Amino acid sequence: MFHWLEQRPFFFAVVLFLTVAFAGFIEAIPDFAKASQPIAGLKPHTVLQLAGRQVYIKDNCLSCHSQLIRPFKSETDRYGMYSLSGEYAYDRPFLWGSKRTGPDLHRVGNYRTTEWHENHMMNPQSVVPGSLMPSYKHQFTNMADLATAYANANTQKQLFHVPYDQKGMPKLGSWKEAEAAAKAEAKLVAADMKNQAVKDAVAKGQVPEIVALIAYLNSLK
Amino acid sequence: MQSNAQIEYDYSVVRLFTFATILFGIIGMSVGVIIALQLAFPELSNLLGEYGTFGRLRPLHTNGVAFGFTVGGIIGTWYYVGQRTLKMSLSESPFLMKVAKWNFWLYFITILLAVVTLGMGYSTSKEYAQLEWPLDVLVVIWWVLWGVAMFGMIGMRRERAIYVSTWYYMSSWLAVAMLYIFNNMEVPTFLFSGDAPSSIMHSVSMYAGTNDALVQWWYGHNAVAFVFTTPIIGMIYYFLPKESGQNVFSYKLSVLAFWGLMFVYLWAGGHHLLYSTVPDWMQTMGSAMSIVLILPSWGSAINMLLTMKGEWQQLQTSPLIKFMILASTFYMLSTIEGPIQAIKSVNAIAHFTDWIPGHVHDGTLGWVGFMIMASLYHMAPRIYKRELYSKSLMDTQFWIQTTGIVLYFTSMWIAGITQGMMWRAYDEYGSLLYSFIDTVEVLHPYYTLRAVGGTFYLIGFLMFAYNMFKTATAGRVLDKEPANASPMAS
Repeated sequence: MFHWLEQRPFFFAVVLFLTVAFAGFIEAIPDFAKASQPIAGLKPHTVLQLAGRQVYIKDNCLSCHSQLIRPFKSETDRYGMYSLSGEYAYDRPFLWGSKRTGPDLHRVGNYRTTEWHENHMMNPQSVVPGSLMPSYKHQFTNMADLATAYANANTQKQLFHVPYDQKGMPKLGSWKEAEAAAKAEAKLVAADMKNQAVKDAVAKGQVPEIVALIAYLNSLK
Repeated sequence: MQSNAQIEYDYSVVRLFTFATILFGIIGMSVGVIIALQLAFPELSNLLGEYGTFGRLRPLHTNGVAFGFTVGGIIGTWYYVGQRTLKMSLSESPFLMKVAKWNFWLYFITILLAVVTLGMGYSTSKEYAQLEWPLDVLVVIWWVLWGVAMFGMIGMRRERAIYVSTWYYMSSWLAVAMLYIFNNMEVPTFLFSGDAPSSIMHSVSMYAGTNDALVQWWYGHNAVAFVFTTPIIGMIYYFLPKESGQNVFSYKLSVLAFWGLMFVYLWAGGHHLLYSTVPDWMQTMGSAMSIVLILPSWGSAINMLLTMKGEWQQLQTSPLIKFMILASTFYMLSTIEGPIQAIKSVNAIAHFTDWIPGHVHDGTLGWVGFMIMASLYHMAPRIYKRELYSKSLMDTQFWIQTTGIVLYFTSMWIAGITQGMMWRAYDEYGSLLYSFIDTVEVLHPYYTLRAVGGTFYLIGFLMFAYNMFKTATAGRVLDKEPANASPMAS
């Protein structure tokens, strides 16, 4: 049979494709719908938090930090309750990471404050001596991209039926409304910060990346 | 059947890919050494502002070596091996020639654009699939072009049965096409931006959370399979018998190992998600199939080693054979190490630690890197019609790089297991014994050693690039093509 196939490359390719492909379908299909169910009360991110999440992706925090607490005592003692599938139901993309050069961040909002993050992102070694993390000074001067965060949220609402604008859920509305809401939320974050340039920018209606990122990190609980 | 002499193979595309493979190898490996140094000496992370951080540079390294260097080597050697084993020349078909040229230039441009966009922070965040949607479209176009060229060449063949190498190249083309498309299903968000001035570069994944993770690691694991494994096996099946003048040890073993690998590999992706939130049965399946995977992997490797039966003295006389045999040996090491890490209780310690990059690198440096360099070395006298420039340089390169690899993976084994054990250590009162930063500081010597190992490998690669450059420009001109052992000046 193999000899026969080797002389008929196009059949060969078809048989080959089926052999390779079917495992993927068997693995993916049975639990696909189940795995996308949110846990009760899960709220999608606000526009400001999503903008922060984009900063997290842009600076590739996930190359060193996971967001997946495994069900071991040594992990739940260190990071909190182990992660549940339903908690990730609105995460596009997922940000589990695959390497912990730094600690897990899935519930970092439970035990770190705005002030801690502000100091840490400016100069990690001032807070954690011996840390390998670079300084993220540029996040204090780069502005967050709220418009893309809005487009991101709106795509999720329109296409994937993520429950924005529903009762008890974050409000999205039009771009103008969302922008105003994000800036108001940024003011709350900046109130706990001490960097004068950031405070001034937020007062003028700008949103530095660091503000959005801290809003996102604080939401990880 | 016509004899070889009548076919004038056209290597213009092969030469282009050879150049790009070496160029992207230098770039990708240099970035690798830089980020390795950053972990040993973190001050180095702050030299270039946002563009010089580990997070921004790592995707440049992984994409540079995986898609620039490795894929360049794969497609380049395909246009060489394909023509020769199918007994057809690209020059016989102006259409396929054009397709192959476009294949090259679009690939080249994509990698350059990847360097720019990843550096600027445009990323989907998925490992080895970071490229944003406009670049994904480009990748699909040149991948399809490669497929058109491949099947076109097969259609024009004079040799009725397709050789083992072609099976493997074909499997790469098919599988990567499927994996890449499904994992990169994404929606550009500017389509739903209303009147917000959003970026056109941004997209969101079609899958969320656990499903996204599942698809990503189905892709991630099998990108390893069909970029770093199958096409490299395709290379060794052609270049080792050719260079050594030996017949492949066993046809039956080739068939068994090939179909076994094809059947089993896709199942193993689940081992990246052990103890995560994907269903248990999938994790167990991933774990079990990873163990099964030892059989077809070792099948090919043993087939290659036994091909040298009775001719082992060639290891002493030819550095090229040395590269290939050590590559095959590293493949065996890597494919026994991977299954060990896929055992759930081992993975509990190994996952998230440096043992994983350690494992990746004994495979990529030892197996992929050595095999691609050996293949380019073997092709050089045929595509440039010149003698290889320096055998002694090649020999030195071999030992420097081998030392580099050993330093790399041994230091990462120790680092990974040390850190994995420290994370889970408790004191007598039932409290965690170490804070996280304790488990980072202890790694400094291993990170330093790893950077040294990486530097050795890079130095060897520069020697390779120099040797290839001198071969192409200053090697003694050959009047006829060598049959087996590649001629090299001492």
